[in-house]
Amino acid sequence: MAHRYRGGVSVVELRGAVALLGRFPALAGVNLSVDAGETVLIQGPNGAGKTTLLRLCAGLLRPAGGEVVVLGHDLTAERRAVRRRVALLGHSTGLYGDLTVAENISFWARAAGLSAPDAESRAAAAARLMGLDQRLLSRTVNALSAGQRRRTSIAALAVRRPELWLLDEPHAGLDQAGRDAVDSLISEAVAAGATVLVSSHELERVRSLSPRVVTVAAGMVVADSSRSGPATDGDGEPGGGPGA
Amino acid sequence: MGNREVVQVRELFTDARLVATRDLRIEARSRVLLNQVAPFALLVLVLFGFALDADQRTLRTFAPGLFWVAVLLAALLAVQRSTSLEHADDAHTGLRLSGMAPSSVFLGKAVAVFVQLIVLETLLTMGIVVLYGSEVDDPVLLVLTAAAAAVAVATTGTLYGALASGLGARETLLPILLLPVLAPVLIGATRSFDDALGAAAVDGWAWLGLLVVFGLVATVLGALAYGAMIED
Repeated sequence: MAHRYRGGVSVVELRGAVALLGRFPALAGVNLSVDAGETVLIQGPNGAGKTTLLRLCAGLLRPAGGEVVVLGHDLTAERRAVRRRVALLGHSTGLYGDLTVAENISFWARAAGLSAPDAESRAAAAARLMGLDQRLLSRTVNALSAGQRRRTSIAALAVRRPELWLLDEPHAGLDQAGRDAVDSLISEAVAAGATVLVSSHELERVRSLSPRVVTVAAGMVVADSSRSGPATDGDGEPGGGPGA
Repeated sequence: MGNREVVQVRELFTDARLVATRDLRIEARSRVLLNQVAPFALLVLVLFGFALDADQRTLRTFAPGLFWVAVLLAALLAVQRSTSLEHADDAHTGLRLSGMAPSSVFLGKAVAVFVQLIVLETLLTMGIVVLYGSEVDDPVLLVLTAAAAAVAVATTGTLYGALASGLGARETLLPILLLPVLAPVLIGATRSFDDALGAAAVDGWAWLGLLVVFGLVATVLGALAYGAMIED
């Protein structure tokens, strides 16, 4: 087991990482290293492997090849060890439609192992951060708009205060206030020492938060601004060789 | 048992209670059991009555078997509902990332289904008394059989619900996978009810023993295997 993270070097370390979706290699030898406290924008065309990369880092997929070390744990053998320390915002909200917003946030806080008082105080703080007022908190999720559900979903992740945020299109479906709230969340998370990987097509917005841009195409990292200057503009065209 | 094991066991039951409370709260709010599953089960009892030409003597004789067929058919709906809660908006991914032990999730979901089955069995018992004219000879055996069979069905159903959802077409696959496995429960519960309702001269307590063993094995196997079932 690698413990480089504890030494303060890297939170995510992928060397030749391969991930399969069925028999299809969604990631075909990714090399990527992310240090603690970094915010990294993952960009690339649809089907490039961005979502798979985030799910792999969350410990939801078993690496089919290469080495994947997240938060000091080799994910070939220790996927469950990292899960509680990671938050993954995917395309779905992960909410229960018949529960209220407050009940959903509180459930996910308790599921993360928080005591009832801690869960309540963190839920209140996360709801405030995402602009969920008292009127919304008492509504069932089924009665919310798509944007309000997205805000609730993000608040339910924020209560966990994860060490590693994996955000897949976090601004999708949100109004301007919601987008600003997501930006605040990312800034606060990084200020608190967390690491953030953001997959997004909203390049200008995320670039203001992230000096580092990694471009993924055809299941490989084809450009990394931390190594080769600014990456390409979201078309997924290689800005360097594989793994560059 | 060391301190660490004590903490793990406490966490196991705390998380199981969290999941069970959540599922039951969702059920209380959506009322799927009371508005859809229970009427369906009572309708099955009525249809059996029509099929047997409403002959009360015949109905009393076959009431135990008809009761448990109705319970199993309704249990399929309850298990499908329980499984779909996690898959409707990909909440099961959140559960996997929550750090909760899969065995906690299994136990919590099984307890919620168990409570719903007890409600269902209570309604159906009233149904066979009213519709079929059944009389309860041994209420203790009746209650214990209902509880033991509910444990067996809830735990096996929760495990197979997760298995079927992992294989894709859960709505259509679940009955094919689950009903054959529950055949011993149907047989044992029917024989035990034969005794409790005085419908046949059998030793219902021996059949209750079978149900208890089945329930224990299903609970232990389910708690151990559920983690593998919910992984992609």
